[in-house]
Formats: sequence, structure tokens, C-alpha cells
Amino acid sequence: MWASINELKERIHAGSSEEIVAQYLDRIGKSKLNAFIHTVGESALSRAKEIDKNDIEGPLAGIPVAIKDNISTKGIQTTCASNILKGYIPPYDAHVIERLKEAGAVIIGKTNMDEFAMGTSTETSFYGATKNPWDLDRVPGGSSGGSAAAVAGGEAPLALGSDTGGSVRCPASFCGVVGLKPTYGVISRYGLIAYANSLEQIGPFATSVRDVVTLFDVIAGYDPRDSTSVDKEVNYSSALMNDVRGLNIGVPDEYFGEGTDEKVEKAVWDAIHTLEDLGATWKKVAMPHTKYALSAYYIIAMSEASSNLARFDGMRYGLRTEDQDWHTTFSQVRAAGFGDEVKRRILLGTYALSAGYHDKYYLKALKVRTLIKQDFERAFKDVDVLITPTMPYPAFRLGEKIDDPMSLYLADVDTVPINLAGVPSISIPCGFSDGLPIGMQIIGKHFDEATVLRTAYTFEENTDFHNKRPEGS
Amino acid sequence: MYDNPDGVMIGLEVHVQLNKLKTKVFCGCATDYHNDPPNSHVCPVCLGLPGSLPVINKKAVEAAIKIGLALNCKVEEHTQFYRKNYYYPDLPKGFQITQYDFPISSGGYVMIEGEDGELRVGITRAHMEEDPGRLVHEGTIDKSKYTLIDYNRSGMALIEIVSDPDMRSPKEARRYLDKLRNIIEYLDVFDGNLEGAMRVDANISIMGGQRAEIKNISSHKGAERALLYEIVRQKNVLRRGGVVVQETRHFDEAREITLSMRTKEEAHDYRYFPEPDLVPLKISGWAPAIKETLPELPDARRMRFVEQYGIMDDHAKALTSELKLAIFYEDVAKKAEPKIAAVWICDVLKGELNYRDLNIDSFKKEHMLSVLELLAGKKITEDGAVEIIRTLLDKGGSPEEIIREKGLVIVEGDIVETSALEAIRENQQAVADYRAGKEKALNSLVGAVMKKTKGGADARTVREVLVGKLG
Repeated sequence: MWASINELKERIHAGSSEEIVAQYLDRIGKSKLNAFIHTVGESALSRAKEIDKNDIEGPLAGIPVAIKDNISTKGIQTTCASNILKGYIPPYDAHVIERLKEAGAVIIGKTNMDEFAMGTSTETSFYGATKNPWDLDRVPGGSSGGSAAAVAGGEAPLALGSDTGGSVRCPASFCGVVGLKPTYGVISRYGLIAYANSLEQIGPFATSVRDVVTLFDVIAGYDPRDSTSVDKEVNYSSALMNDVRGLNIGVPDEYFGEGTDEKVEKAVWDAIHTLEDLGATWKKVAMPHTKYALSAYYIIAMSEASSNLARFDGMRYGLRTEDQDWHTTFSQVRAAGFGDEVKRRILLGTYALSAGYHDKYYLKALKVRTLIKQDFERAFKDVDVLITPTMPYPAFRLGEKIDDPMSLYLADVDTVPINLAGVPSISIPCGFSDGLPIGMQIIGKHFDEATVLRTAYTFEENTDFHNKRPEGS
Repeated sequence: MYDNPDGVMIGLEVHVQLNKLKTKVFCGCATDYHNDPPNSHVCPVCLGLPGSLPVINKKAVEAAIKIGLALNCKVEEHTQFYRKNYYYPDLPKGFQITQYDFPISSGGYVMIEGEDGELRVGITRAHMEEDPGRLVHEGTIDKSKYTLIDYNRSGMALIEIVSDPDMRSPKEARRYLDKLRNIIEYLDVFDGNLEGAMRVDANISIMGGQRAEIKNISSHKGAERALLYEIVRQKNVLRRGGVVVQETRHFDEAREITLSMRTKEEAHDYRYFPEPDLVPLKISGWAPAIKETLPELPDARRMRFVEQYGIMDDHAKALTSELKLAIFYEDVAKKAEPKIAAVWICDVLKGELNYRDLNIDSFKKEHMLSVLELLAGKKITEDGAVEIIRTLLDKGGSPEEIIREKGLVIVEGDIVETSALEAIRENQQAVADYRAGKEKALNSLVGAVMKKTKGGADARTVREVLVGKLG
């Protein structure tokens, strides 16, 4: 079931897309992972038939794709894994969905996630936690845990997630797959239900760098409906060269700090040395403001979230409680519709933006954000990419951290600075610890996805970690 | 010098809807919804559906800059949008996209006729924001069992124009509003006659006390009334030894009173922060080109009318107080005697229009020209001309038809002569009275002649003829 796009294309050519889609749907149906909130078997199969019948071509013709449930899909329920959006069926497609459809992809379902993408473990979903295919007692990471688990568990060859503070890279790391967070502005956010607009990007998942890039090429590009979308078209596939000779790697000590698992640290250093053997050089770089990143990130993300989530009031769509005067109805809908973590973040964000606290928290966080950006700019004067662990440790147990928000927030320590700076970053498998995958993060300059992808591809071509599959899932 | 006995200070926040733009401010929805069913001009963006994103309408920014320039403001280097966060059922996103720091323009002024001559009213800033939807109640707001929401208006571009607290009386406030509307109409970005086109929040304090803000007044007359009421209310508070508190008040148009909505302690904390979905706009380069396109504004046109057409300043002021009227006048004045045209348009036509609550669109230029031509050729009397104008407004038709139907054509001079001689012969008592010095006796003779000519004679001519014969 773990087939590459090229293998699937051959099988579609020899057989049909319908068979392929049916196989994946069948596997999802029997799964214990809870990776999907909602599958769309009927429409997927009829789309596959249409592709078979009309020989529809395209880079993803007939290939099944799973979509995180915070990306708007016309006619398909989109809930953000929240009770408050129960029954909400968007009347329009997100930009990335339009692109996927044009490329011939077959959408098979909407994947589970932390409610409104707020979490690191996919445990805050209204639809229950997703399980890690490598160990069903462990979390898949979050917030795009459903998408990562689906790809790792062979339930979808490709998936889309979103990454606000690590939500693609964290689950990619925990599930042993490849996940890319592009430069801010490369993929249109039109149709992505916002958690924190200034930080997030949609990102692709696959079992290999090559497939991630194929999917990335389809969904990236300018969209006039997103004012932060960047007007430049690039063909990322052409970056896939098995060659890192002359590449300068930066290694920031700050990302190997206290709390980082020894095996994770070793796996990442081994990977750096592998690249060194292939012709790259490395040096230590200083990123002195890293220690403030987590606080700044959470203040900015929660502030934006407190405003973004104000629209969920039951007036136009989603959950509706019994009608009272509007104040009461708003309160009741939001009390019943949002989970605890979402409420916590709305409250904290509201507080951080309030008169008297705005300057102390929100404004200060923006200043820190500028300093963090400068850390990256400075580092990238000397090096081409930075390599760090994606997560400080492998997947933790279900329930292990969910009652301790602070320790969950701390898990994002290596991923959030990247979103604050808006630079591209990929997580790829680089080792195992007691049977659990370890992810390495390769970070690049703004809009230099090409170098990030070339580094990742070269590592992948010369190692075997990405070919390991979870047994028994 | 106006001494402002109550120490009144009034500042106004005026919301002007850019209803002449083709599309809304952040989406492609058409703005011509006024005659369409509710919620028929909506899309994911102006409905605030999850995942939708705003994109700024460049034409709206240009219009905003135009307004800023016309109000003598400085256009800022760069401008930015902010979110104003509050909950209300007509606000589909739970926040309004508006401006905070870095408004489009600031620091301008408008000249108005004050209590004691020209008054300069400072413009603090003119910024852009989006209009919310509209709540519709069955019957009255307190009796309606439910509220309906129409989002057709949601996302319409608004310009909020904030004045300095420079006005010292409700009358000055009203004149400022009239002037503002006048200027903005000249810019062709807004039609003041459409519902909700201009809405006013009025801030007022007296004797250096705290200010009250009266929200959402929908007419200029309403603003004047609300302010008059507010001065009396605040004076009464002081007279009773009380203190005026800072608060937001609501104007009840039907009862013409203001009612407290919330005090300072209950004031909203709007938690402004920069809208992350819109990038800051560098607009300093736009202003010079837009300045080139600025049309002649009311004050300039008024001065030109006086100079070019030799008309009285009062007439020029009235004619330029409405763009359509100014254009009407100028088209007519090109083909008729400008001074006489000014008199007839200002003193007669405008009055008849106002009486019928009509605007200048209801009267054809060609008809005005015919009436003036007929008058110049002494084909009709002045009374006849007034009658024609009234009939055109009430029943339509053409001046020629009306003259024919009503027999308004002026009678020949010899008939007046004959009728005058007859009248003198038949009214010897009046003749005697007149000759004895009773000027008024002439009136009955004039009346007699008019009767004989069935009103077709010009009363002034009749009078002259009679005086000549009796002299």
C-alpha cells in the first residue's frame, strides 16, 4: 500500500484509478488509526471512474489525496475537528483544492487534526485522537496528525496539512514521513481556515521527497485571492539533484538544547555527517534569540486566533443552540462548540491584545519576531541551509502530555522559530529510536525551497530511513 | 464674533459609503444591490466564511485618496488595515477591517459658513473600512420576534471622516455635513441619495465637560436635532448640579431625543491589531496622479460662476451646493441669459422642487431653456412661466402644450390697450380714487384688465399702460 506516485501511475495505466482508490478506501475502512474524520468514497470513486473513462491527464491524474479538515472543500464537510463546525459544508474550494482537481487528483477524505490546528498531538480533536501507525499507543504528532498518519499507515499516498508552528513537520517527524512547510506566501491560503494567518502555510506530505515535490509543484503558485501570496512560479522538481557538494550547512546549538533526546541528537548529527561525506561542509551558527521564540510564537498565534475564531457564532453555519437573545446564543454556541484548548487559546489571545496588555505582550512579541528573523538572516549570510532536529523527542504516549499544556507547547521549540521567520523547512526521516521514527529538519532561506529540497533529496537517495514502514498497522 | 455662550464643542465622525464603486472593498461582489433581494450580493469573503480572505479594491483606495485630497488632507506614505474586534450579528467575521495607525490621509480642513463668518473645520483623518451587514426587524425593534440579517451591504467600502471638535453649534454641524456631502458628491464616488449613504456619529461637550457620543444618525437634519437636544440635556444636568459623564448615546429619530447606550466603564475594548491578511500599501506615489484627476470643487465652482456668469454670490452658492444642479445651471446658462437663468433656477425651480421633495433630475434642461426663451421673447408672462414649471413637475408634458391648454400665451399689445381703455371707462370710481392719490385703486384696474385678457396679459405691462393712460 505504500506506493510512490510513479508506481501508482503505472498501476493506473495498467489497471484503473478506480481500483487504486477502492483499495485505499478499503484500507481506511479497516483502519484503527482514526486518521480520517470523514471519507468521501462515493464521490472519490466516481471521480476516479471519470478519470479512467476520459483518460484525464495531469501530474496527479487518478492519484488519491487526503486533505486536512481545515482546508475548504466544496460540497464536503469541513470541520477543523471542531464541534462548532459540525455540518458545515463549504460552498467553495480552497485554492489548493482547485489546483489538485485540475491536476487530476482524487480527494478521498478529510483528515483528523487538533481542533482548529491547536495542538501538537492530534488529541484535541472533537472526533477523538489519531494513533501513530508505528505504535498505536502513541500520538502521531500534530496538528496535522491525521494527514501524516494516513500517509505513514498506507491509507493515502499523498496528503495536505497546514503548518502554523510545526503542524506539518511535527507529525511528519513522529510518523516517519516527509512534510514540507514552504516559505510564507508560496502557497495560497485562500480556503485554509485560519488559526494564525501571519504564520501558517499549507504543506504537502508523502513518503518521499520526490512525491512531496510533485504535490508541492501542483499546489504552489500565485493566487490573487490571497494578498500575501507571492507572484512567482517555480518548478521545484528541477531542484531534485543528488548532489550536495559545496553545500554549507549551519548547525545552531540552540536547537539541540535541554530536553532534546540523546538518540534524536545523535541521529541528526549522523545525518549531518552523512551529508558531509557526500561533499557538504558544516559549521556551528549562533541563533541567540531562539529562547524567546516559543513565547513570542504563542502570543502572536493566540492573539490572531482570538480574532480569527470570533466568526464562529452559530449565526450563519455550524453548531446552533436554542435561540435566545444574540448575546446568550453567541455565548452558548461558543461554550458548546469549542474544546478546552481552543477556549484556552482564545482567552489568552484576547488577554494579550487587551488595552493595557497589548504593548506588554502582543507588541513585544512582534519585536521578538523581528529579532528572530534577523537571527536567520544573519545565519544565512554564511550557510545555505540549517539542520536541526524537527522535534526534541520521538512520539510520546497518548494522554502523556494532554493535561499539561505547557509541556505540549514546549514540544514546538524547534519548529516555531521557522514560522516566525517565514522561511521554508522540511522534515525527513533520519533515524529510529526504539522503533519510533526520528525527523530531521532542513531549513532554508526565504524562497530557497530548491536548496532545502536538494539537500533532503540527496540525503534520501543515499539512506534508507524513508523506506521503513510501520509493521502491523 | 460668536461668543458660544454654552461652550459647545462638536466633532463629527461621518461614514460615507463609496456606493459608486462597481465592487465591494474586499471582494468582487457588485454594489448595486439596492433594488435586489436580501443576501443576493454575497460571496465567501463578504459573508466571512471560514477560509476566505480579503483583497483590497484598488479603486476604493483611489477614491479614499481622492476624498483625502479634496478635504485638504495629507496622504500618508503608507497605509495599513487593522482589525477592530467586537461581536454583533451583522458583523460576519466578528471583527471589522478598518484603519487605526497609518490611515490613508489626515490633517485636512473644510471651510464652512459659521455663526460669525467663515469657519475652518479641521479634519483629523479620513480612513477606510468595511460596512457591516444590515439587521432587519419585523415591525419595530422591540416588538419583533426575530431579527433577519441582510449581508448585501456587508463589505461595502466606507470612508470615515473624523473632524476636529471645531463646531460650536448644531447649525454649524449641519452646515459641515452639507458641505462634506457636497464636496464628496463632486468627486463622483458616492450617491448621497441612496439609503445609508452617509451616517454620522456626533461628539458633543459643553462648558469643557465630558463628551457624549451620539451614534449612527442617518440624516443631517437628525444630527442637528440630536445635538440641539443634547445641549439642552447637558445644560440641565449641570443646572441640577450634576456632572456630564462620558458615554455613548443613541438618537431616537422618532422622538428626537438621545438615550444612554453605555458609559465609559462599559466601553468596548476593540483590541485593534494589524490585519494579517492584508499587506501594508505604499500609497505616497499614488497621490500626485490622483490630484490631477480632482474635479473642480464646490467653492472653486462657486467663485467661477460669479466671475464667469456675473451672477450673485448667493445664487452661485445655491447652484453649486449640489453637483447636478450646478451642471444643470451651467448647461442652461450656455444657451440663455445666465443671470436670468440663475434667478429662475434658484428662486423658482429649486423652490418648486423642494416643495415636492424632488431633485433636479425631475426637470429637463430643454424645458428650462424653452421657458426662458418664451419669457425672453415676451411670449408668456412670469406668472405663466411659473405655471408651466409647476405643471411640468406635476403632470409632465411640454411647455408648448401647457401654453396651448391653459391659454397662457401673452396677448398682443393693442388688446391690452383696448382692455385698459375699457377698464377705465367701466371703473370710474377707481379712476377717481387713483387720481385722488389712492395708489391701491390701481390694483382693481389691473385686475379688471387681467380679467378681460383672461390672464394672458403681463401684469407689469398692464400696470404701465394704465399709469400712462391715467397720468
